[in-house]
Parts: sequence; structure tokens; C-alpha cells
Amino acid sequence: MVVVGGGECGARAAFALREAGWSGPLTLVGAEAVPPYERPPLSKSLMTEPHASAPTTICDTEMLRAAGIDFAAGIAATDIDRDHHEVVLADGQRIAYQRLLVATGATSRRLPLPGAAVDGVYCLRSHSDALALRDRLRPGARIGVIGGGFIGLELAASATVRGCTVTVIELAAQLMSRGATAHIATLVTARHEQAGVDVRCGTGVVRLERRDEEMLLELTTGEALVCDAVVVGIGAVPETSLAQKAGLAVDNGVRVDTRLTTSDPDVFAAGDCCSWPHPLYDGRRIRLESWRNAQDQGGAAARNMLGADEPFTTVPWFWSDQYDLTLQIAGLPDTATTEVVRRRPDGVEIRFGLGPDGRLLSASAVGTTNAVAQDIRLAELLIARRATPSPATLADPTAGLKALLRQWPH
Amino acid sequence: MPEWIAACAVADVDPEDVIPFRYDGVDYAIYRSPQNEFFATAGHCTHERMLLCDGLVMDHTIECPKHNGRFDYTTGKAAGAPVLVDLKTFRVKVEDGTVYLGIG
Repeated sequence: MVVVGGGECGARAAFALREAGWSGPLTLVGAEAVPPYERPPLSKSLMTEPHASAPTTICDTEMLRAAGIDFAAGIAATDIDRDHHEVVLADGQRIAYQRLLVATGATSRRLPLPGAAVDGVYCLRSHSDALALRDRLRPGARIGVIGGGFIGLELAASATVRGCTVTVIELAAQLMSRGATAHIATLVTARHEQAGVDVRCGTGVVRLERRDEEMLLELTTGEALVCDAVVVGIGAVPETSLAQKAGLAVDNGVRVDTRLTTSDPDVFAAGDCCSWPHPLYDGRRIRLESWRNAQDQGGAAARNMLGADEPFTTVPWFWSDQYDLTLQIAGLPDTATTEVVRRRPDGVEIRFGLGPDGRLLSASAVGTTNAVAQDIRLAELLIARRATPSPATLADPTAGLKALLRQWPH
Repeated sequence: MPEWIAACAVADVDPEDVIPFRYDGVDYAIYRSPQNEFFATAGHCTHERMLLCDGLVMDHTIECPKHNGRFDYTTGKAAGAPVLVDLKTFRVKVEDGTVYLGIG
């Protein structure tokens, strides 16, 4: 068994292969030279705690060794020789596989603008990206964040906490337009503005220019913004080059079926790099950039590589931390046709999304620290069970969601 | 023998739920199972030190509110990724409607 990709998905898959009983050779190929680590803290705690420099590891080399996982670190896989069932590494090594998992993740989308590749323009994907950026988040520094999605806003919050002056530039009319509902976007925008962030929606960047130690951003409004550093957080693109080169089907990511099998039955794909038809959403083909999805798909792919016949039906789930706020989203809000609001006595609003058939398809909320966790988790379980709760019950804050869940047993 | 600390009243915890308890600067979580038995564990998840009392209790499982790390709160056993380290458990006794936590 070979796993290409040493991130959350690949690492969890490697361990899951052992947990599922695979005792033969197992190689994990990671392009980064360090053991697998968690990426969520990169935009959050790593930015705000300037003395903590080590990544939050998923496992260390000792745990990998104890599990009998051969970890090829700091070496990229360059080819999949499907005829010979071998993965070719950058150093010429060939590793034979019976079954292969492609867990190559995603890379930051680059700004297609002149001046975007100069010093002073940062992206965030890896631990080393994070350390380079953190070095620029000094008190008083002027930071321009291009892109008002999860990553851009988490970085805007972290930079503000560090004492920087932050401007967020978002092309769409609202923040997080791709991942969150309008209600959440409004609350989060207000929190950023309260913290002193200059939020500019409906605004694009025309040109970037480096002038000595400063960056000049020319905006679509005609204004020029002077920054000490610029962060680009305009999404990610699935890393499909290896799969594409090997002739595997690609469709907004490596194309897999519900068992996470690619167009080659001996090659699987999981995590940010793949798209699959989600059984809970009428087989709609989706690709997620999500920590939990990477983890869960890694585990499911591992079991299927060993012959299990497990469709991947896990409900999509996201979270983001900004200041003292946590937002959580379960399901796919953009598939819902009706919104039902539950107004809790503590001021938190849970927004449920229902389909035309009355099925619960999504739930989202914002609250301080973990105030929304229980309700969103229960909603996630209801979504997984294809529950059709009545809008009146969902809207009633005295009707516990746990009691509701008992009406839709497994 | 442990030192027994009065933590809460039986009625303070709903069946299949959890409440926080802090003593001497240390956070604990007190659970009441669907069968009305009481249990106690360390207050924080072993993954990223989140307070477990904000998490969801389902049967004998507590889920961390942040990343859904799962533990059997009756034994402290971690139920797989992302939690790899078991939760410390504490003894509990119930007398005259009061739940006592055994520490030390």
C-alpha cells in the first residue's frame, strides 16, 4: 500500500490502513520534509502565539516507525506508472503498490496579476509559509488581505490581535460568499469592523507594486493602498498534476466514485484533491477543502483500499475561529430552498436549511467559543439520518435537538 | 482513599449530559449517563485542550466541541482520530442527592 501526500488525509489514511488490519509494506510519501502536521492552527494560534514555532504534529517519526509506516519525507512523487503498479519519486526511487491513495491536497490559488509574485506577497498553505508571514505581523504593520474567505479572515483576525492595521479586500458583495450564509457573513463582518479592520467588499485589486519596503495596491475603486505586507487568500486549487499525468479522470479534482476509487480501480483519492458524488445531496459532485473531510475520507479510502465497500456519506462540516467567535457549518447551505431560524435565549441564531422535500440539508451558526457546537453537531446527525423535522420544531428553542434526533434512529 | 469533593447536586445534570466543575484551579467534567449513573473525567480534551463540557454526550460518549474527538467517559478511552490520548477519569459517588468527585 502506498499513500502519496503527507498531510492530514494521507497521514490519517496510513494509520487507518494499519487499524483496518493491513500488515504488509506501507509507504507514506510526503513532499514536505517534516512529519505530518495539522494545518488549522497555521492561520490561528501559530499566528497569535509568536513564540510557538513547532507545528502541531499529527504523529512523530517514532509513531510512524511503531506503526510500520515507511515515511518518505521531503520527496515529491513525480509519476504513477499504472502499468507496472509503481510510484516514481523525484529522486528516481520506484515504490511498488498493490493499491495507491492519492492525497495530494490543494495549493493556494495565485493572484493572476502583475506584481503578485514579489517579496512582500504571502500565501498560506504550509508551516513554512506561516512562519514567513508571521514574521511580518508586527505591531503597527499595515497588512492588506486579498480575499475575504475563511483563511483571509482568520489571518485578518490574527493580524489584528497582533496589533497590525488590517484591510480586507473582497471582490464579492459580502465576505465568505462561497462558504457561509449571508447571516453569518453579516455577523462576522461586524466583528471584524468592531476590531478595527477595514472591510472592503465589492472591491478588486488591479495592480500590485513593490516600492522599496512597501507594497502598493491599486484598487478597482481607483484608490491606492499602501501596505507593509500583502496576504493572498483567494482559495485553493486541487493538486491534480500527478493524477492528470497518469491519465486518471479529473473533474474539479481527481474524479472518484462514492467508494473514493478513481478511474483506475487500484488507485484511490481522498481529501482536498478529489471530487466525489455525495449520496446525501442527490449525488451532486462536490470537492471540499476541509480538515475533517480530509481526515474522514482518508480513513474511508484506507478501508476501501483493503476491500471494504464503504460509500462515503459523511456530512460536510466546517468551522472557523476569528477572535472569540467560532462559526460552524454542517451540510451544504446552498442546496437548501427554505431557511428556518432558531433564536436561542443566549442570542445565538441557528440557521437551518431545508430542501423542497422537507429534508434538513444544512445548519450554520456563529457564537463565542464553543456555544454553537452541540446544536450544529446534533443538526449534522439529523442531516446524516435524512431527517425531515417540522420547521416549527426547528424554530422552537425549547425543543431540544437531541430529543428530535431520537425520532430518526439509525 | 481519595479526597471526596462535593461537586454538584444530582438534579444539576440532565440525563445524557455533562457539566463543568472546577476545583483548586483544575477543570473536571461531570457526566450523567442515560442510565442515571454519574462519571467524571478531566475537563479538557487531550487533543487541543478544549473544554469538554461544551461537547455533546451521546450514550456513553463525549465528543469534543471543537473537532469531534470522542471518548468513552466511563473509561476515558479515546475513540480514534483526532484524539489519540485517553482521558483521565475520576471516581464519583452519590450520597443524599449530592455528587462527590474523588481526587488524589
